Amino acid sequence: MNVSEIVEFIGVFLILIGSIMAVISAIGIVRLPDVYTRSHSGTKSSTLAVLLTLTGAFIFFWGSQSFASVRLLLGIVFVFLTAPVAGHLISRAAYRANVKTSDLTVEDELGDAIRAYEEEGTGEHEEDKKE
Amino acid sequence: MAFQILINIFIAIIWMFLQNNYTAVSFVVGYVVGILILLILRRFLTFDFYMTRVWAIIKLIILFIKQLILANIDMVKIVLAPKLKNKPGIIAVPTKLETEWEITLLACLISLTPGTISMDFSDDNKTIYIHAVDAQNKEDEIEQIQETFVRAIMEVTK
Repeated sequence: MNVSEIVEFIGVFLILIGSIMAVISAIGIVRLPDVYTRSHSGTKSSTLAVLLTLTGAFIFFWGSQSFASVRLLLGIVFVFLTAPVAGHLISRAAYRANVKTSDLTVEDELGDAIRAYEEEGTGEHEEDKKE
Repeated sequence: MAFQILINIFIAIIWMFLQNNYTAVSFVVGYVVGILILLILRRFLTFDFYMTRVWAIIKLIILFIKQLILANIDMVKIVLAPKLKNKPGIIAVPTKLETEWEITLLACLISLTPGTISMDFSDDNKTIYIHAVDAQNKEDEIEQIQETFVRAIMEVTK
């Protein structure tokens, strides 16, 4: 087993772990009860899955064909930049559209803030106007 | 900080001219020499030495990757548990960060760390509302994680 085979093995192993993470993320989206907990699973697990898969592909091509693809690295960076923002916006929009949460315990800190603002203000949120 | 980087690149170019050798290796050698020169001359600069800040950024990235892996182990435990025992909740977390750039970075870091996702900001940017996937016993722990992130970000931006 020479060096390039070991490097290829590392790449293949990373791709395997990444696909397992993607399956677990999908199971989480099916199993979890409401939008917010599903967005946990959708944001974190699929980010790590894409990260591991792209890193594995990068290492594999580097080991087997000695070709360093910068596009894969840029893909990793862009997924890292955009996935948390997408999760943030989806859960925020769901909360603003009064999507009910499942069986919450300390739910009301954001709800209290919005309700207090509506009682003293005109009912229009400052944050909505700012966007 | 940007001014120091420009000075450093300028020293590297001067180094290439002095060597009469216009390659990337010569540029890197000149850049390292420039870092040493800036380290010696740091008391004449108005900012502090910029490599400390680069080091803070590297530490932030390492902390972030560690937290991301921990977050996913957490997620796997919750998803594959035979019964869903987690109690989700929305918690208000006050921050000391001021510029919008820092707050955006903190929100992104919160979204990718164990058991939390950022949901909303208050009007005055003093509070971030986060959704915790398990809110019953984790509040203190989450606050502590937030404090480490806030300190790491403040080390970067000073």
